[in-house]
Amino acid sequence: MKLARFIEFLRNRLRTVVRLCLGVLALLVLLDAIPGLVDKEHAHTTAEHFPGFWSIFGFVGCGVLIIVSKWFGHAGIMQREDYYDR
Amino acid sequence: MIGDFWVHPSLILILGALLLPLVPARLRQGWLLIVPLLVFARIATMSQGAFGGVHFLDWVLTFGRVDALSHVFGYIMGLMCVVATLYGLHVKENAQHIAAWIYVAGSLGVIYAGDLLTLFVFWELMALSSVFLIWFRQRPQSLGAGFRYLLVHLTGGVALLAGIILHSQATGGNLAFTTFDVTHPTPAAWLILSGFLLNAAVPPLHAWLPDAYAEGTFNGSIFLCAFTTKTAVYALCRGFPGMEILVPLGVAMALYGVVYAVLENDCRRLLAYHIISQVGYMVAGVGLGTQMAINGACAHAFAHILYKGLLFMGCGAVLHMTGESKFTALGGLWKKMPWTFVFTLIGGLSISAFPLFSGFVSKSMIVAASFEEHRLWVGFLLMLASVGTFLHTGLKVPYFIWFGKSHCRPETWERAKEPPWNMNAAMVIASALCIFIGCYTPYLYNLLPDPEAARNFHPYTSYHLSETLQLLLFTAVGFFLLLKKLEPTPTISLDLDLCYRMGGRAFLWLARKPIQFVDTCVGEIYRVLGLLPLMLTSRLVGVFDNRVIDGLVDGFASTIRGVGSRLRVAQRGPVQENLTLVFAVGILLILALLYLV
Repeated sequence: MKLARFIEFLRNRLRTVVRLCLGVLALLVLLDAIPGLVDKEHAHTTAEHFPGFWSIFGFVGCGVLIIVSKWFGHAGIMQREDYYDR
Repeated sequence: MIGDFWVHPSLILILGALLLPLVPARLRQGWLLIVPLLVFARIATMSQGAFGGVHFLDWVLTFGRVDALSHVFGYIMGLMCVVATLYGLHVKENAQHIAAWIYVAGSLGVIYAGDLLTLFVFWELMALSSVFLIWFRQRPQSLGAGFRYLLVHLTGGVALLAGIILHSQATGGNLAFTTFDVTHPTPAAWLILSGFLLNAAVPPLHAWLPDAYAEGTFNGSIFLCAFTTKTAVYALCRGFPGMEILVPLGVAMALYGVVYAVLENDCRRLLAYHIISQVGYMVAGVGLGTQMAINGACAHAFAHILYKGLLFMGCGAVLHMTGESKFTALGGLWKKMPWTFVFTLIGGLSISAFPLFSGFVSKSMIVAASFEEHRLWVGFLLMLASVGTFLHTGLKVPYFIWFGKSHCRPETWERAKEPPWNMNAAMVIASALCIFIGCYTPYLYNLLPDPEAARNFHPYTSYHLSETLQLLLFTAVGFFLLLKKLEPTPTISLDLDLCYRMGGRAFLWLARKPIQFVDTCVGEIYRVLGLLPLMLTSRLVGVFDNRVIDGLVDGFASTIRGVGSRLRVAQRGPVQENLTLVFAVGILLILALLYLV
């Protein structure tokens, strides 16, 4: 059960872990903006040359998916569990 | 090569399955390990060519067409059979193993089939054997889900058979399974395509998949999630590469699965919706039809079988150990099942195409192929589906089962612990393979139909790394910000299976109410207008016959009847009296005879 203890160790230091993750995120966008490091030759559209384009795409995409799906679900798709038994 | 003896891998599996009940109990686990290993060894060492030709009626059936395309699919299916059997090694019912092996044998049979008739036979074998993996769960819901699964697949099978017959007629009896004309498809090709699309779970022919796979046994679903849809992807790769309609269908599938996964409360149903989503990438790849896209479809199918198997194994372990698969009945299990969490997370990272995991080197091929063809909307929408994939399988599944608020009942919590050694071992192997494929690309790329083109594809570029990490990690930010919205609710989501579930009920109502009513009405009308006048007429005819005809002739009939009715009165009925009388008369007659003689 060493693994459980390790997870507990991280959970007890949640603040630090979150800060660390935010640091990694900032670093990612920063690195993306350095042309020498991230070679944008492989980009397919001009929009992708914008630093952090995929960060925005990921974040906005995630929000759009959740909100649109939930709206779709509440439009009559989500039903009680015994729907077919009635 | 006709007449040469060639051992079909399916033959080994079927024989192994049939002999299983005869194997002594102490050798049983060894048998369960050795047979799949033998099959895998046979597949891995098969040389390329056409084997196993058999003359049947007017046709030559080819059971063993081994080329690069069939080899990559056969290889991964043989491998998955080993891992999935190991996972269910402790399951005591032989019938479960037999059903699973015959199902795999059907799948391998389809993959190595060189003609459409052989393909069809194995295709049906798959449907008929896999349904038992659902029924063996032995819940009332499983019985219903199994019947729906079977009915849908048999319908697809009929479409496929109709297509094959039409195709055979059009080509003068040529049944070879090769590429169809995708620019001007014939009606036969459309029918065959629809059979394939049904098995690939392409909307609107997809609803059987989440319905059935979430109801399978904990180990049966590992087989189910790997074989049916990927066999269909193989058939599409073989028959319809470059068919334009598959591109929009594939993209729609990829997003459809993601949307339903947001709403889902059952972890195995969520994973089933993600099969639809992932197969969408492959279908789109087949539709694009370029070398890179077909390579991508095959690579993704290969990687998918392993990581989806791993995910189903993780959730299956939770179901097996706790008896629960709903997020609203789980949560906080990290203390009890931490290793299962790690394995499931590895599956989640692989399906999400995280760098160093298998999805990263396979999915990117399809996306890159779409960008290369300047199909920008395809590329961007597939990237959006990637966001959804990580959101659910990478984040939602692990979070709401192992972290989050615990909704476990006390007995669930009490029961929860790490699964038996064989389930862990299967998950370790699948996890190791997911990471190995992600780290060492030549292993997978050399197996692909066009290894030359695959070797020229480099997933580990700085741009691709930066793109993927940003995309996925910022999805995680979105997930934690919108966590409240994703909180599971005890609901089910209606899908297109509603049409036939409710359609079945409507049909029964129709039969019980209006059709029954019409039937009663027709019966009544027949009685009043038909039977009554008929009987009246016949009575009148009888009277006429009696009085007029008989009276005119000589009254013979009425005289006989008169005598008959008198005699009837004399016969009072008591049996003993009559018998005594008869015997008495008989004895008297005999005595009289003796006296006279």
